[in-house]
Amino acid sequence: MAHTDQAEPTRRDFLYIATGAMGVVGAGALAWPFIDQMNPDASALALASIEVDVTAVEEGQSITVKWRGKPVFIRNRTETEVVEATSVPVADLPDQLARNANLPDTAEATDVNRGVAGKENWLVQVGICTHLGCVPLGDAGDFGGWFCPCHGSHYDTAGRIRKGPAPENLLIPPLEFVGDSTIKIG
Amino acid sequence: MAGHSNYVPQSAAAKWLESRLPVISLVRGSFVDFPTPKNLNYWWAFGGILFFMLIAQIITGIVLAMHYTPSAGAAFDSVEHIMRDVNFGWMLRYLHTNGASMFFIAVYIHIFRGLYYGSYKAPREISWILGVIIFLIMMGTAFMGYVLPWGQMSFWGATVITNLFSAIPLVGEEIRTWLWGGFAVDNPTLNRFFSLHYLLPFMIFGVVILHVWAFHTTGNNNPTGVQPKTKQDTVPFHPYYTIKDLFAIVMFMILFAWFAFYVPNYMGHPDNYIEANPLVTPAHIVPEWYFLPFYAILRAVPDKLGGVLAMFGAIAILFVLPWLDTSKVRSGTFRPLFKQFFWIFALNALILGYLGAMPAEGVYVILSRICTIYYFAHFLVVLPMLGFMEKPRPVPASISEAVLKGGSGKPAGAAAAPETK
Repeated sequence: MAHTDQAEPTRRDFLYIATGAMGVVGAGALAWPFIDQMNPDASALALASIEVDVTAVEEGQSITVKWRGKPVFIRNRTETEVVEATSVPVADLPDQLARNANLPDTAEATDVNRGVAGKENWLVQVGICTHLGCVPLGDAGDFGGWFCPCHGSHYDTAGRIRKGPAPENLLIPPLEFVGDSTIKIG
Repeated sequence: MAGHSNYVPQSAAAKWLESRLPVISLVRGSFVDFPTPKNLNYWWAFGGILFFMLIAQIITGIVLAMHYTPSAGAAFDSVEHIMRDVNFGWMLRYLHTNGASMFFIAVYIHIFRGLYYGSYKAPREISWILGVIIFLIMMGTAFMGYVLPWGQMSFWGATVITNLFSAIPLVGEEIRTWLWGGFAVDNPTLNRFFSLHYLLPFMIFGVVILHVWAFHTTGNNNPTGVQPKTKQDTVPFHPYYTIKDLFAIVMFMILFAWFAFYVPNYMGHPDNYIEANPLVTPAHIVPEWYFLPFYAILRAVPDKLGGVLAMFGAIAILFVLPWLDTSKVRSGTFRPLFKQFFWIFALNALILGYLGAMPAEGVYVILSRICTIYYFAHFLVVLPMLGFMEKPRPVPASISEAVLKGGSGKPAGAAAAPETK
């Protein structure tokens, strides 16, 4: 039954391939709803923004608020903390990008680029370790900022990764000051 | 399988069924008349123990699902409801949670038995690979089951493990969001984990059938590693191994019952009796004990993607093990050097488990790195080299010879096949 000579493709060969290809496209199209149903649904996507009154947050204090199911740290930094963060050359940082959603992606991780524009003492960041998603502890770690207890990542007073397995600085969400003492996140 | 049975249906009903669906001869060929090496020791009983554990987990799981509520708002309370209100709910839950641990104890012994006696070598590669697949599905099932009580460890364990996928270049973030069904571990995550936790044990059952089919096609391995040569080398599976396995299962059930009834929370973590709180991470997150060696490997690498690759690589390397071990001799019994390295490897795995439970700092990190390197070196350096450097002891001519000589396998000038005398 060995079929050695290559016959010319026939109309039937074409029909086989075309039918098979249609079948694959159809199966893919049918599979997509079953895959996509696992993506965030409309209610999760409804991008909620929140407004937080920070009048009561004194210098050196922090609060944690919940935004899109995640904790957001809002800290009114002391002057020492700002000076400490400013004095570190960007070249010494493991992650040299600001990771600030309000700035271009290429912005450098200077303290000015990390703090809230015009109010550098305010630091607002998503409180999720960029390693594997734990919530870091405040006022802890070798650099006086945050420390993630899960796998030992140390963040400095500007929320920048300094030591440990986390690859990126803590993320700064889209935000702006509405009035003097209210921050709008999202 | 069916071919191993000389069953001839006697009754009219059996004849009627057998000519339409030969299920009686299939079962008899596989689990009654199946010729099994006569020298299997108790390490071989763990296959039967594992089958028992799978069934026990499925039964307790099905009844627990009748009382559990898979919703982020109600899951934690429904587990407490099972513990306090449901008739025998406390027992069923403790059997199920401790059953998972017992399942892993048995599977680790089963895997190490295969490693020692060379059960992964030709012609049993497919059995071995199917076994590694079962192990992987077991890990997924256990992980998702641990999330269901929605305690602090459930929540943060789920967060850490799902975040592993964000290390994948380019599409990592999208995959993580897809797994979560949101922007953090939340109700959609819990619901899909419950659905999959219910499904996967049945997939394990299916792969177990293939696993058994494969080693019933090649025949069981045995402590000498020598293939059965004559009928005298084997005994029928029933009653010899049904009774032996049953006895081992009963012994294992005593240990299981001791955990479930006397120290039911010994292998759990107290933080999981605190309801999940997305704003507070417990100070010290550890996975269940059976993941600790792999967790130690994850943390040993000071790079996110590298750690994830090393952890998955530690399991993936088992898939190619049949081709990494270059020795012609199957059983470790006749390999003096391999035997020593085997125990070093076992000790190394235990130390990795210990390190996985310790905080990721100081000397623990250094030790984790050394042990991780050794783990991979065992497969990539030691096993390939041993085949060339080691001088194995003489292998007995047959199972019967080894049995009659007390299993020592010394040449002793015995006849090549004394059982034929």
